[in-house]
Amino acid sequence: MNEKEYSKYVEGRAKKSPILKNCAFAFLIGGTICTLGQGFFHLYTFLGMDELDARTLVSVTLIFITTLLTGFGVFDNIARFAGAGTLVPITGFANAVASEAIDSKSEGFIPGVGAKIFTIAGPVILYGTFFGAIYGVIYYFITLIWG
Amino acid sequence: MKKSILKFKRKPKICASYSVVGHMEADGPLGKQFDEYCLDDKFGKESWEKAESEMQRRALCGAIKKSGLIDTELDVLLAGDLLNQCIGSNYALSNFDTGFLGLYGACSTCSEGLLIGASLFSGGIIDTCATVTSSHYCASERQFRFPLEYGGQRTPTAQWTTTGAGAFILSDNGDVEICEGLVGKVIDKGISDINNMGAAMAPAAINTLKRYFLESEHSPEDFDLIITGDLGYEGSEILKELLLDEGIDIRKNHVDCGLMIFDRDRQDVHAGGSGCGCSAVVMSASIIPNLASGVLKNVLFLGTGALMSPMSLSQGGTIPSVAHLLHISHAGGK
Repeated sequence: MNEKEYSKYVEGRAKKSPILKNCAFAFLIGGTICTLGQGFFHLYTFLGMDELDARTLVSVTLIFITTLLTGFGVFDNIARFAGAGTLVPITGFANAVASEAIDSKSEGFIPGVGAKIFTIAGPVILYGTFFGAIYGVIYYFITLIWG
Repeated sequence: MKKSILKFKRKPKICASYSVVGHMEADGPLGKQFDEYCLDDKFGKESWEKAESEMQRRALCGAIKKSGLIDTELDVLLAGDLLNQCIGSNYALSNFDTGFLGLYGACSTCSEGLLIGASLFSGGIIDTCATVTSSHYCASERQFRFPLEYGGQRTPTAQWTTTGAGAFILSDNGDVEICEGLVGKVIDKGISDINNMGAAMAPAAINTLKRYFLESEHSPEDFDLIITGDLGYEGSEILKELLLDEGIDIRKNHVDCGLMIFDRDRQDVHAGGSGCGCSAVVMSASIIPNLASGVLKNVLFLGTGALMSPMSLSQGGTIPSVAHLLHISHAGGK
């Protein structure tokens, strides 16, 4: 059996992840997180904030809760079932940063936490900023032409 | 044909073994058989890496104590783990006044240590030695995969790194002897899935077993057990299926340490245990005592190692594997 045939054989026999179940959990838990976010938004606007500030504070609140749950060692247990449900909202990003910070603590604050905190989240920050800048330039020229 | 089986003329005896595990292993099917376990995964230390060293230190001290020897009587220490520079072993053994050879064979390290120890003993170069092997789930996850608290999902073929350390003392006393060894070849079948290490390692185990049965006078039925290190469910099934295609049937007597150490139905470990501590603690706690008492007479033990480097995988590389074989027998009454 050559490499190609072996890889095909291995892929063919490996039990697949339960996609339907994973999707259902992702939908339910991800939806719950978004509903929670919407709830916070209503709460903040009810308390007299303007819409823009309330939206920012919703993200801050969700990041805070995720980081707290990551610190208490609870978040990964939820994510085990939620999958993309916790990964896709801002909660996934917050967990990727917080979990790396917790792990790197043993190497100190500079070579540990400081150097490694964005190991997982780094690509999102780099390419998010990079493509954001490109989008900005394109947007600038389009508005220049179309007024 | 080139002879590759190492037939030990002066057969070393495994005179003592000792196992130290974490809480999940202690909660598994072999829980009561381990010599020592710790509910605190940090073993009273401040980092996972230091915890792994502490496990090795406790395992070695325990094995030396059981053997009735004193540590200065050991001629050489052979030890390895999964951490960079084998720091688990280096720190653990720095307080022992004995020469030390560090080993890295990923999860094949336990068999590699025993194989080298047996060869040195058989050649008359040493009279006694200790081999120690460990892995720690938390230290390994950090080094090879993701941070511990990172929220992700595992695939069904993924395995769970064992937290444990196993130590063995080789000398000329005891009821368990190492008769033969076979050094594994590095086999690379192009697997690059970090979540299917069983599939990466199975071809190495197949290669070693095929070479052994082709060259030796033995057949699979001659052994009470054919024990693989940590192929897990997926790798074990591949091994049995592909060997059967080659006319070698090991379905009746094959066991895998990765499947023995955890209860896959009850413990969330997917395809089973892995890590070089896995085969070390299962051999130490379950197989060696049964060989010593005569419940088992003859076994083949294959430590299976997936030499996985995150950097190579990022560069588009694959996971080469190796499997070293040992033929271990009950030596009582001889």
